[in-house]
Amino acid sequence: MLNEFLLGVGVVTGLNAFLALLLVLAERTLSHYGPCTLTINDEKKLVVPGGQDLLSTLKREGLFIPSACGGRGSCGLCKVTVLDGGDPLATEIPWLKPEEIARHVRLACQVRIKHDLRLQLPREWFAIRQFQATVVSIRDLTHDIKELRLRLVDPPEIEFQAGQFIQLEVPPYELTDEPVYRAYSISSPPSNRREIELEIRYVPNGLCTTWVHRHLNVGDPVTFNGPYGQFVLRPGNRPIIAIAGGSGMAPLKAIFLDMAEKGIARSARYFFGARSRRDLFLVEEMKALETRIPGFQFIPALSNPLPEDRWEGETGLITEVAARHVPDASGAEAYLCGSSFLIKAAIAMLTERGMPRERIYFDDFG
Amino acid sequence: MNPFTAWFALFFAAVFTQNILLTNYLGMCPFLGASREIKTSFGLGAAVVFVMTFTTPLNWILYHRLLIPLGLEYLGLIVFICLIAAFTQLIELVIERVSDALYASLGIFLPLITVNCAILGASLFMVARSYTFLQTTAYGFGGGLGWMLAILAMAGIRQRIAKNRLPRGLEGAGIALIIAGLMAMAFTGFTGITAPS
Repeated sequence: MLNEFLLGVGVVTGLNAFLALLLVLAERTLSHYGPCTLTINDEKKLVVPGGQDLLSTLKREGLFIPSACGGRGSCGLCKVTVLDGGDPLATEIPWLKPEEIARHVRLACQVRIKHDLRLQLPREWFAIRQFQATVVSIRDLTHDIKELRLRLVDPPEIEFQAGQFIQLEVPPYELTDEPVYRAYSISSPPSNRREIELEIRYVPNGLCTTWVHRHLNVGDPVTFNGPYGQFVLRPGNRPIIAIAGGSGMAPLKAIFLDMAEKGIARSARYFFGARSRRDLFLVEEMKALETRIPGFQFIPALSNPLPEDRWEGETGLITEVAARHVPDASGAEAYLCGSSFLIKAAIAMLTERGMPRERIYFDDFG
Repeated sequence: MNPFTAWFALFFAAVFTQNILLTNYLGMCPFLGASREIKTSFGLGAAVVFVMTFTTPLNWILYHRLLIPLGLEYLGLIVFICLIAAFTQLIELVIERVSDALYASLGIFLPLITVNCAILGASLFMVARSYTFLQTTAYGFGGGLGWMLAILAMAGIRQRIAKNRLPRGLEGAGIALIIAGLMAMAFTGFTGITAPS
């Protein structure tokens, strides 16, 4: 009886040890690709160990590529041009447009480095870094929006353009087993390189927002990477129409503070929408900019003012309010930030008033 | 019956009359989950054919040359799973090394079918039906082809009805199960051709 038992255990163990040995040997020989050279934009060369995916390899080399899912092929953000990397895998096809496939665009997380590769990356990605920071203050802007102020530790300074965003790392906690990344616009002006501000609105059960609103304390260390994004002020003299709602305030606040600091005088109207008084914030700060930027006008509006608000300003949906003030938008350019609903409505309103689609810039975090 | 006819009869039975998917309902998960497009189904089907063709005879050797002489037949299930898992991993490494194109079309499905119960089922049936080694080769190859045929047929039908308007409760898995049931009934039309035991 004991013999039979030992024999059974022995056979299963022996067989599995043999199979495991076979796999280890195969892994050593077959998956060993040696050092590979990555040539980036035909100028920069990196020698990296082969065999791993491009996204995490580049991250280890200090090159951060926008990615929200952490390399599982489920966000479609980490698009890079790989000139000799072969055809995209079935896992990538849903994220790629036909013209991107023709231009050899791949998802970096799905490309395994097996030989030397030539890559093309947008130049601004070279400025993207990972930052360690400390929370220096958390204050309530409204009942559900918090302003987070982070002081940079390593590296101690960040260079960015007003309107860009960062990806905040949420460490594992009760709602998530692995780190997740969420994008937030920087609401402070780029002149302050040692600190950044984020405006984060609470979303019930939101992985990041719950962490920020319920768990994060002053003094806690946080990690983020960035800066990312093209939502920045375009040069020129066209009048500006800005429309935002809720936490869409953040990038526009940074853009207008930056204008005030740099002394850029352009005609600008900033329409900011909220439901009622309790959702409205930073009104005094924005109003104060009217004296600092010649031609700037801040127009807050409430869509559902309560009787106790005693609101005497504009009422209605923010796009309707903007429509009343702007009969002709053909000569202006627009900056939008808010919900998809707001952006869709604003684009319809502006194009109807003669603004060409390509002069409407927006940040849509869905 | 001469040996070749017998081999072919068993092969034919494994593909059609005793189709492992439509008569035993094994390997349902990928059958429902990866049958929206013919292209994906083809890759998955090819991977199943390949793995079943090789693992079933390999398991026959393990069972008859190792387990039976030692009186350890009861360990069959565990040993079969281990061999199938190791085999798919190994083949994935080989394919990834030799060909990018083959890896893109076939290799990425291998980890998915490591735990495909149709493949384990083929090894268990091979024991339960006391097939010889030669019969096992026919059964493994035929069983894989049968599974591929069924998922390709399913994908073809689903691709055709993709744009059709269905009652809401039947969308997705609902209509797929009904199609699978109708296909299984159609396959009973092959009865009368039974496998020699």
